[in-house]
Amino acid sequence: MNRIVVVGASAAGLAAVETLRREGYDGTLTLVGDEPLAPYDRPPLSKQLLASEWEPERLDLRPADDLAALGLDLRLGVAATGLELAERTVRLADGSEVPYDGLIVATGVRPRRLPGEGAHVLRTLDDALTLRDRLGPGLRLVVVGAGFLGAEAAAVAWRLGAKVTLLEPAPVPMAHAVGTEVGAMLTAAHVERGVDLRCGTGVSEVTEDGVRLADGQVIEADEVLVAIGSLPNTEWLEGSGLSVGDGVVCDEYCEAARNVYAAGDVARWYNPLFGTSMRIEHRTNAAEQGMAAARNLLRPAGRKPFAPVPYFWSDQYDMKIQAYGYLRGHDEVAVVDGDLSERRFVAAYRTGDRVTGALAVGMPPKAIRTWRQAIAAGAAWDEAVRTEASPTGA
Amino acid sequence: MKVELEADKCVASGQCVLAAMDVFDQDDDGIAVLLEETPGPELLDDVREAVAVCPAAAIRLVEQ
Repeated sequence: MNRIVVVGASAAGLAAVETLRREGYDGTLTLVGDEPLAPYDRPPLSKQLLASEWEPERLDLRPADDLAALGLDLRLGVAATGLELAERTVRLADGSEVPYDGLIVATGVRPRRLPGEGAHVLRTLDDALTLRDRLGPGLRLVVVGAGFLGAEAAAVAWRLGAKVTLLEPAPVPMAHAVGTEVGAMLTAAHVERGVDLRCGTGVSEVTEDGVRLADGQVIEADEVLVAIGSLPNTEWLEGSGLSVGDGVVCDEYCEAARNVYAAGDVARWYNPLFGTSMRIEHRTNAAEQGMAAARNLLRPAGRKPFAPVPYFWSDQYDMKIQAYGYLRGHDEVAVVDGDLSERRFVAAYRTGDRVTGALAVGMPPKAIRTWRQAIAAGAAWDEAVRTEASPTGA
Repeated sequence: MKVELEADKCVASGQCVLAAMDVFDQDDDGIAVLLEETPGPELLDDVREAVAVCPAAAIRLVEQ
């Protein structure tokens, strides 16, 4: 293998090219990115960067010297527009064609939008800088979507003195991900600070004056942020023969076709640890999957299934939320340590008869690490809850 | 080789401890703590893994 192309120059793509070099690959290595910037970190966009605590330079994922040392054929500011599987070439927006022996697709996701013009989204550095220029005391900000991204942005805007209205179509924000009780607890943190949270409120469009709700009512705002989830960037793969369905469909090795792998937010792969196909939009998964895809591409004889325990964190007000595992579709949530009402707790999640997830707020790292091990081991729920749960747990 | 840790960038994920528990630990707030600034050659692969999986790009391995 002498020509490897990695499409997508964010966390997953960077992890892939670094791993390839570390594992001894010394052929041509092309890294394609649609943004004109060297790989940068996205989680701070809705946290320290939005709050003006950090400047953009701090988001660089690697110093320029480290990046240069990788010896990349770096194509930044140019999107991939097509893939020819049979001819093994990637087409780029500048008209060039890049041949490959091995390909890693890491094109990520983009924000879902609402009808109407003028709303902010929050995915790129540019998005974040545009929004933060507007934030300040007295600004009327409507945030559509009270998921983790919307909630983090709302918390930052509130801290900067904005009058925040947070609109959420579901009865309880994040309930599908973390359960009703935990979702309600996280939500209370907004309400008690004076954020105007309205659940069960669908938004039909963005207007010149704000947003129009599904019932026709208009909520006026100076700025609107739409944070209603994302869509995988797979359009450029249409007609390529790759299987696409809410992401690039891969097997347990992250392989989508012979010598074609996918990693990061765009990859839908079969995770054997949970026995299900999943697509994970978490920062840590991007790095881990980029590494796994690179290793499997380079060493097909020794390739390993990618079976991680997903992890994410979220900072909202004074709370740090951390979660391990696959919480979606869980059957039961139990507080196994601490106290929900004190916002210091570990909640465990059951799917079938197994522990499949754990979420902690305000707990020391060891308290949740034990639960990560239980998830990684596929521990039986009854046993894990009996042995791990403290006597004070609910 | 020397490990550099930017603790004020750390997001307390604990990924470094999972990758290289002989080199990293976490304090009570979860912030990474460097146990071994110049780990031996047998630990370098683990440290490189930690550098790669750190979600805050807070760890660097530099030539001395």
